Amino acid sequence: MIQLIYLTVLLPFLGFLINGLFGRKFKNEKIIGIIGSGTIGISFLIVLGAFFQTLALPVEQRQTIVNLFTWLQAGGLNINIAYQVDQLSLVMSLIVTGVGFVIHIYSIGYMHGDKSFGRFFAYMNLFIFAMMNLILGDNFVLLFLGWEGVGLCSYLLIGFWYDRKFEKSSTSDAAKKAFIVNRIGDFGFLLGMFLIYLTFGSLNFNDVFSYASAVNISESTMNFIAVFLFIGAVGKSAQIPLYVWLPDAMAGPTPVSALIHAATMVTAGVYMVARCSIIFASAPAILTVVAVVGVLTAIFAATIALVQNDIKKVLAYSTISQLGYMFLAMGVGAFSSGIFHLMTHAFFKALLFLGAGSIIHSMHDEQNIQNYGGLKKYMPKTFITFIIAALAISGIPPLSGFFSKDDILWYAFYNGNILFWLIGAITALLTAFYMFRLVYLTFYGKERFEREKPPHESPNVMTIPLIILAALSAIGGFIGIPEIFSGEHGNLFENWLEPVFSNANAKLASFGIQSRSTEFLLMAVTIAGAVGSIYYARYLYLQKTGLPSVYSKKFKGLYNLLLNKYFVDEAYDAAIVSPIVRGSDKFLWKITDNKIIDGAVNGTAALIEVISQNIRKLENGIAQVYAVIMLLGIAAALFWLISSF
Amino acid sequence: MIIPIEYYLILSAFMFIVGVTGVLIRRNAIIVFMSIELMLNSANLTLVAFSSYMGNSVGQLFVFFVMTVAAAEAAVGLAVIIAMFRNKMTMNIDEINILKW
Repeated sequence: MIQLIYLTVLLPFLGFLINGLFGRKFKNEKIIGIIGSGTIGISFLIVLGAFFQTLALPVEQRQTIVNLFTWLQAGGLNINIAYQVDQLSLVMSLIVTGVGFVIHIYSIGYMHGDKSFGRFFAYMNLFIFAMMNLILGDNFVLLFLGWEGVGLCSYLLIGFWYDRKFEKSSTSDAAKKAFIVNRIGDFGFLLGMFLIYLTFGSLNFNDVFSYASAVNISESTMNFIAVFLFIGAVGKSAQIPLYVWLPDAMAGPTPVSALIHAATMVTAGVYMVARCSIIFASAPAILTVVAVVGVLTAIFAATIALVQNDIKKVLAYSTISQLGYMFLAMGVGAFSSGIFHLMTHAFFKALLFLGAGSIIHSMHDEQNIQNYGGLKKYMPKTFITFIIAALAISGIPPLSGFFSKDDILWYAFYNGNILFWLIGAITALLTAFYMFRLVYLTFYGKERFEREKPPHESPNVMTIPLIILAALSAIGGFIGIPEIFSGEHGNLFENWLEPVFSNANAKLASFGIQSRSTEFLLMAVTIAGAVGSIYYARYLYLQKTGLPSVYSKKFKGLYNLLLNKYFVDEAYDAAIVSPIVRGSDKFLWKITDNKIIDGAVNGTAALIEVISQNIRKLENGIAQVYAVIMLLGIAAALFWLISSF
Repeated sequence: MIIPIEYYLILSAFMFIVGVTGVLIRRNAIIVFMSIELMLNSANLTLVAFSSYMGNSVGQLFVFFVMTVAAAEAAVGLAVIIAMFRNKMTMNIDEINILKW
C-alpha cells in the first residue's frame, strides 16, 4: 500500500481529466458524482492502508520515499517526482482524502441541478490532486507545485459562479483578490526556496533537514530563510496582514469553503511550517514572530466574527482565528499540537461549513443570520450536528476541540509566555461566544423569515456527511488525550508525530517543569470561561433579544469598527490598491505606455518614412539615370583599381 | 606597314564613348539598343587588335562568342522593344518608366 501511494495523487487527476473533458457529455449527475467522489474514496482507502502498514513498522522505519522518476535535472539541481510517506504526511493525507471524500459526497446533493455540475467536480478533483502533491512531495519543488496548484483551484472555485454578484462586486473579483494576495505570499516562499538552494545546495527535504540539524549555519541566514517561508505561510493560511482574501473567498460554493477555505488548503501554511520545523527551530527569533502573528490573528479575527451577520463570514473569520491558534502552536514549538488542532479543526470547521451550506440550501440562498431563527424544528439533523461542531470549536470537553485547543494553550503557557496564554484564552471565550450567537440566532428564537416557502431538512446525501463529520468532531480528540489524563502511555498523537519533530525539539531549549495542578487550573479556567460565554450568548440572543441592539448603539464606534472589519480592506484600498491603480492609469498607461513606448515605436516608423520619402526619389524609373549611376560606379571602381597599382 | 596598336585602341575607345553617350542621352529605344551594339563592337575590336598584337588566337575566338551572344541578345531585346511598343505605342524610353516607386 505504501508503494501505491502515487495512486492517491494520480486518481484525483484522472477524475479531473474525465469530468473535465467529458463532464458535459454525461447527462446524468450521478455518473459525474460517482467518478468525482469515487476517485477520492479510493485514494482515502489507499492512504488508510498505508497508514496501518506504517503503524505496524518499527518507529525508525516509518519514513518511506516512493521515487517515481526524475523530473528536472540541471547542473547540481536534481528534482524527482518522489512521494514521502511519513507520520506527518500520513496524518495530512488522511485528513485531506477523508474529509475531502465526505465533502465530495455532500457536494452531490448541494450542487444538484447546477448547470456546471461536471466542472465543479473536475475542479474539486484537481484540488485534491494538487493538495496531495503538496503534502506528499519529498522536495520543495513538488511542494511548490502543489502550493500553486491549490491556489489555482481556489481561484477557479471561488469564481465558480462567475456570473453571480458578491457584495459590491462580482465573484470573479473575489477570486482575483484571493489569487493576487496569495501571490504575495508565494513570492516570499519562492525567495525562501532560492535561499535554501543557495545555502544547502539541495531542495530535497531529507538533505536540507539533515544538513540543517547537523551543521551550524549562521543564524542570520536561517532567519532569512524562515522569514521568507513564513511569508508564504502567511499568504496561504490567511494570517495578518494577508488574511483579507479569505472572507471574500466565501463567494464560492459552500462545499468549497468547507474543503478549501477551512479544512485543507488554508492549513497548507501550517503544514509547511511543521514540515520545516527544523529550519524554524534554528531561527528562534522568527519562531517568536510566528507565535506573535498567530496569536494576534487569532484574537483580531475573533473580534470581527463577534458582529458579522453573514453566516459564512462568521465562519470565515473563525477559520482565520483558528489558523492563528495553529501558528501560535508552531511559534511556541508545539508542532504536534498545531497539527492536532489542524486535524480537529478540519473536522469541526468542515462540519460547520457543511451545516451552514445545508441551512443556506434550505433557506434559498439567504445567508443573513438576522433573517433566520427557529430552524431547530425544521432541520433536526443539521441542528444536532451543528451544535456538536459548535461545542467542539468552543472547547467543551470531551469533544475534539477541547483537547487540541487546550494542548496549544498549555504549551503557550509552558514554553512561551503568559501573555500568549492570556490572549489565546480570551480568544477561546470569544470563539464560544460568537459560535453560540450564531447557533441561537439561527436555530432558536422567533422565526424571522417568510413562511411561504418553509425550510426543509436537506436530503440524506447531505446529512450523512454531516453525521460522519459530527462523529469525528466528537471523538476525534481522543487520539490526542494529554498526558495528565491518559497516564503512562502519554499523548498518542504526539508520540506518533514525535520522530518528525525530534530534531526541531532537540534544537529548542528545554523548558522548566510546571506542576500538573497548573495545567488543571488553566483547563478549568478556559472551560469555565467557554461555558460562561455560551450562557452569555444565550442570555443576549435568546432571552433579552433587545439587548444586542442597545449595546450596539451604546458602543456605536466600537461596533462599527468591528462590523467594518477594522476598515482593513478600506485601508489596503487606500494605501496600496488605489495608488497602484491610479499610478498605472495616470503614469504607466497614459505616460509610459502611450507616450514613451508608443512614441518610440511610432517615432521609429515616422523617421524611417521621412528617410524613405527622400531616398525613393532615386528610383525614378528612368533607365538612363540608372545607366549613368552604373557608369559612375564603374568609373570609380576602375579609378580605384588603377590608382592602387 | 604595320598599324600600331594604339590606333586600334583609340578607335575602340572612341567607338565605346560614342556608344555610352548614345545609351545615356538618346530617347529612342532602338537607337539606345544600337548604341549598346556599338559598345560591344568596340570591345570586339580591342580583342581582335590585342589578339593580333600578341600573336594569340584566343582573342579572336572570344570575339565569335561575343557576336553569338550579341545576336541572341539582339533578338531578345528587339522582342522586348516590340512588346513594349505594343503596350505603350511609343519608343520614347522616358515614357516607359513603370519600374519606379
